Amino acid sequence: MRAAGERLYGTTDLPVLLPPGERLLRRASRERTDGVPRLTLKAWHGAVIAAVVLLAAAAAQAQGAAEARPGVLTALWKWVPLLVEGFLFNIAISFLGMGIGTALGTVLGVMQISLLPPVRAGSWIVTQFFRNAPWLVLLFFCMFLLPFEFRVMGFVVPFPDWVKATLGLSLPVMANVSEIVRGAVQSIPSGQWEAAESLAFSRRQTLVQIILPQCIKRMLPPWMNLYAILTMATVLASVVGVSEVMTLTQRVLSAESRPELLVPFYGFVLLLFFMYCYPIARFTHKLELRYVVKL
Amino acid sequence: MSSSSETAATQATWTPDRPIVSIHGVHKRFGDFEVLRGVTFDVMKGDVVCVIGPSGSGKSTLLRCINALVPIDEGSIQVAGQEVHDPKLDKLALRKKVGMVFQQYNLFPHKTALQNVMMAPIQVLKQDKAEVRERALKLMKKVRLNGKEDAYPGELSGGQQQRVAIARSLAMNPDVMLFDEVTAALDPETVKEVLVTIRDLAEEGMTCMLVTHEMGFAREIADMMYFTDNGVIVESGPPKEFFANPRDARTKEFLGQIL
Repeated sequence: MRAAGERLYGTTDLPVLLPPGERLLRRASRERTDGVPRLTLKAWHGAVIAAVVLLAAAAAQAQGAAEARPGVLTALWKWVPLLVEGFLFNIAISFLGMGIGTALGTVLGVMQISLLPPVRAGSWIVTQFFRNAPWLVLLFFCMFLLPFEFRVMGFVVPFPDWVKATLGLSLPVMANVSEIVRGAVQSIPSGQWEAAESLAFSRRQTLVQIILPQCIKRMLPPWMNLYAILTMATVLASVVGVSEVMTLTQRVLSAESRPELLVPFYGFVLLLFFMYCYPIARFTHKLELRYVVKL
Repeated sequence: MSSSSETAATQATWTPDRPIVSIHGVHKRFGDFEVLRGVTFDVMKGDVVCVIGPSGSGKSTLLRCINALVPIDEGSIQVAGQEVHDPKLDKLALRKKVGMVFQQYNLFPHKTALQNVMMAPIQVLKQDKAEVRERALKLMKKVRLNGKEDAYPGELSGGQQQRVAIARSLAMNPDVMLFDEVTAALDPETVKEVLVTIRDLAEEGMTCMLVTHEMGFAREIADMMYFTDNGVIVESGPPKEFFANPRDARTKEFLGQIL
């Protein structure tokens, strides 16, 4: 039996090529050495979460029905457009924050490898300061530090809360991008610098033409990871009163003032984030495998 | 040989009867360790010079000093009349005159073979793109890689990559070519194709300085051999004499191990 299996499948290290029995056996032994079962999320796990949310909602619906009020699902359905709109606002904040953070962070990261010691030290301090600060505190800092409007040559430029929150969130993104850029540049073999130098490229040309283009591949997976983290952190803006999905949910819940709605509503918000962030995480993982640095 | 008015201007003090590379009393220290301890020799235009010696004797460092990849601590190196050991040195102007090929090829992996060759003349010398392209195609043919223009370095063998690297340096029309153990990382079968390329270059009159362990090749193409040990030149001479009867005990020992 065993011999026949081996003849059929040959010897392989790739689990997918093994017969199902063998595959399960390997997985079991791996889990025994780990001590805990390995959790590998599949797309259908999202469906499970959805089911739990719906069940909770249905249970609450049944209770609500007894009191002759509109059911939970009906209540949720009524508010879905508003909540989705709020979620889209979160996405918008994450896009903008990522854009600003990436632009500033790239400059800061390049400054970290400058040949001028003051530039290098200054950018290093800024990077470390914002990288090791709690995001929420930075957010509060931006909220209360920045004015609510600017006066430029007689014009009044309003500076709404959500813009301040976006700037607040882009600060830690900037610091993390700065580290990603510095790490990627330093991971390029020194031979590339030498070759470029010996061809009379200036330092600036070397960086722009030769080093940074090679860094993009290496930076993409950590950068996408950072984006997923930022997206999940956008709900922090609710603390400072920006009308994003969490704020809206809280408002809706207090308007409805029905405790049984709490779980399904927050469950719905969780589901929205999961559906958005999980594919990013999967895609990042795939890229990491593809761009794994070969030595 | 000067390709532009700029190099002609900086060569004003240099005449063909003087050495194109003149190395005098060069010292180089890495911390407490003195890699070069007073190296002196001249290279005339069109000469092929081979530097051999045990590893750690400072051969590669010497080549790197010539195009200012590594600064020297004492002494003088002049390339076509331009002093390398000078705080006001225009490194970029110097490097336009000196081509260098490395042991690990160091091609730019995100560019095709042809783009690797075209990059420096376009970006650094600001030459016309179409003109550079034509010259680059000729160079690819010269290193016998026509047909591989659009291949990325990762798709080429070591020997092919090294020949692209040679073409890439030649595209800058250098006065001197430095070869730093260019065959040391290659398979025995591909060493030959690279050596043939270098020999063709030498026969065309290109000034070449090679650090190499290919003794047979050195004997065939060198005009002058230098043996370095512990940061000094122990013995030098035309290859026939150098290999037939080495005088210094260290040279004898080294050649005895290799040959």
